[in-house]
Amino acid sequence: MSNGNTFSRLFGQSPFTSLQEHMRVVQECAHEVVPLFKALAVGDQVLVKEIKDRIFELEAEADRVKHELRLHLPKSLFMPVDRRDLLEVLLLQDTIANTAQDIAGLLIERKMIIPDFLQKNLIILAVRCVETCDHAALVIEELDELLAMGFRGREVDKVDVMLKKLNDIEDETDELGIVLARDLFDHEDQMKPVDVMMWYQLIEWIGDLADYAEKVGDNLRLLIAK
Amino acid sequence: MEIIATYGTVFMVLAIIFGLYMTWGIGANDVANAMGTSVGSGAITVKQAIIIAAIFEFTGAFIAGGNVTSTIRKGIVDTSGIVDQPEILVFGMLAALLAAALWLMIASKRGWPVSTTHTIVGALVGFAVAGLGMDAVHWGKIGQIAASWIVSPALGGFLAYLLMFSIRKLILDTEHPFESARKWGPAYVFLVGFIISLVTLFKGLKHLNLELTVMGSLISALTFGLFTAVVGWLLIRRVKVDVAADQDYHFASVEKIFVPMMIFTACAMAFAHGSNDVANGIGPLAAVASVVRSGGEMAQTSELPLWILVMGGVGIVVGLATLGYRVMQTIGTRITQLTPSRGFCATLAAAATVVLASRTGLPVSTTHIAVGAVIGVGLARGVGAIDLRVIGGIVVSWVITLPIGGVLAALFFFTLKGMFT
Repeated sequence: MSNGNTFSRLFGQSPFTSLQEHMRVVQECAHEVVPLFKALAVGDQVLVKEIKDRIFELEAEADRVKHELRLHLPKSLFMPVDRRDLLEVLLLQDTIANTAQDIAGLLIERKMIIPDFLQKNLIILAVRCVETCDHAALVIEELDELLAMGFRGREVDKVDVMLKKLNDIEDETDELGIVLARDLFDHEDQMKPVDVMMWYQLIEWIGDLADYAEKVGDNLRLLIAK
Repeated sequence: MEIIATYGTVFMVLAIIFGLYMTWGIGANDVANAMGTSVGSGAITVKQAIIIAAIFEFTGAFIAGGNVTSTIRKGIVDTSGIVDQPEILVFGMLAALLAAALWLMIASKRGWPVSTTHTIVGALVGFAVAGLGMDAVHWGKIGQIAASWIVSPALGGFLAYLLMFSIRKLILDTEHPFESARKWGPAYVFLVGFIISLVTLFKGLKHLNLELTVMGSLISALTFGLFTAVVGWLLIRRVKVDVAADQDYHFASVEKIFVPMMIFTACAMAFAHGSNDVANGIGPLAAVASVVRSGGEMAQTSELPLWILVMGGVGIVVGLATLGYRVMQTIGTRITQLTPSRGFCATLAAAATVVLASRTGLPVSTTHIAVGAVIGVGLARGVGAIDLRVIGGIVVSWVITLPIGGVLAALFFFTLKGMFT
C-alpha cells in the first residue's frame, strides 16, 4: 500500500479535468491551421515553417496529456461514466491534433503552393472547420456542469442543443468541402495530376478536423447516457 | 485486592500515559480524517478545522460520548468471573490501550487505513480471550458491533446519495440555481442542527440529568435546528454572485453558498467523532480509574469522571496540533474533486450516521463511514473518479487489525501480569 491519507487516495485525479486540458491543447493546435494557410497564400515560407513547428509542438503536448490521463485511469477507478467511452472521446480529440499535424507536414514536405482559384474557399473551409473544433471544445467544457448535475436534467438538455449545433456546423463544412473539390476537378486539366491528388487529400484532411470534432460530440452523447 | 492497594498509583499513572498516547494518536490521524471532507472541499481552512475540532470533539465526547464509553468499559468483557481479582481487568485494559495505541502508530506511519475503533475492540477481545477465556467475551455484543461496521458505511453512503439527489432537484437543476441555493440553504443548515440534536437529545441525557419526553426532545431539536438555520441564513445572505467565476463554472456562485453551510457540517462531524471515537481512548482509562479508586470494586457503576473526559480532549487537541495538522494539509491540497456541495452531503451523512451509532452505544469507524458517504455521492454520479482500491485497503486492514490488536493485547497482558504478580 502506498503512503498517504485515506481521503487523498480515495479521490483519483478527475479524468474530466484532464480531458478538458487535452481538448484545450488540441483546440490551440487546430487554431494554427488557418494562419498556416494564410501564410502559405502570401508565400511566406519562413512563417509557414514557424507555424508548422508550433503545430508539431502542440500535437506532442496533446500526446503527453493523453498518456498522462491514460496512466491515471486504472481499472479500479469508479467513475460516473463508462471508462471506454471516456477513452474513446480522448482518442477522437487526439485525432484532431494528429490531423492538423498531417496537414502541416504535407504542406511543408511537398512544398505545396496554393492555386489561385482555391485560395479564397480553402481559407473559408479552414476557418469553418476550426470553428467546429472550437464548438466541440465548448461542449467538453460543460463536463464539470454535467458532473455537478449527475449527467441529468437541464444541463443535459443544454448540451443536447449544443451538440445539435455542432452537427449543423459540421454539415456546413461538408458543403464547403464539396464546393472546393468541385473547383479542383474543374481545373484538373490545367494542373499536374499529382498536385490534384494532393490537394484533394488536403481538402479531405481539413474537413476531417470538423469530422472528428463532430465525433467528439457524438461520443460525448454516449458518455452522458452511460 | 492487595495488588490494587499496593500498585494503585502506578496503575493510574500507566493508564493516564497510555490513555494520553491513544488519544494523541486519535487526534493525529482520526480527527484529521473526520475533518477531511470539510478541509478537502476547501470550505474551511486547516486552522479553522483545528479550532472547530478542539471545541466540538470535546463537546461531543462530553454530551454524547457516554454510551460508547460504557460499551468499551463494560460491554465487551464479562468480568463476573474475576470479581476477586480486579487487577486482571486493570492489566487487561492497560494492555488493550497500549496494544491499540502502538498498532495505530505503526499503521498510520505506513498509511494503512486502520480504524482506531477496530483496533481497540480487537485488543479488548484479545485480552479477554487470552486472560479470561472464550466465555468472558460478550459475543452477542461483538456481533452487533461487527455488523455495525458494515451497516454504518452503507447507511452513510445511502444518506449522502439522498442528500446529493435532493440538492440537485431543489438547487442545481432549477432555472436560477443561485436563488434556489439561497432559498434552500438555511433549510439544509436546519437539517444539520435538527438531526444531530434530535439523535443526541432523544429521550434525554442521563448523565447530565436531562430528562426529556419524546415530544420534549422533538421540540428541543426543532429549536436548535431553527437556531442553526438562522445563523446559516445570516451567513448565506452575505454571499454574492461571482459573475466572472460563473463563466468558467456555472455553479461557482452556488458552491460559494455551500461554503458557510459546510462550517455547520464540520462542527457536526467533529461532534460526532468526539461522541464515538474519544471513547476508544478514555473507555479503558475510565475502567482502570474506577477499579483503582474504589479499591478493587468491579461493579463499574460510577459515572465517568469529568477529568478523564477533559484529558481525552486534551490528548486529541495535542495530537491535532502536532501531527494532525500536517495530515489535514495534505488532504486539503489533494482533493479538488470534492466541491463544497458534495462535501456538504458527504459530511452531513457521515456525521448523522456516527451520532446515531453513538446514541446506540456502538463503536464505529468515523473514517470508514466518511468513505462510505463519499462513495454515496459517487453513486449519484457526482464524483469524477473514486479509487476503489481504498476500499480493498480498508477491508484488508479490517482483517489484519482485529487479530493483531488481539495478539498484541494478550502479549502485553501477560507481560503486565508477570511484572506485578
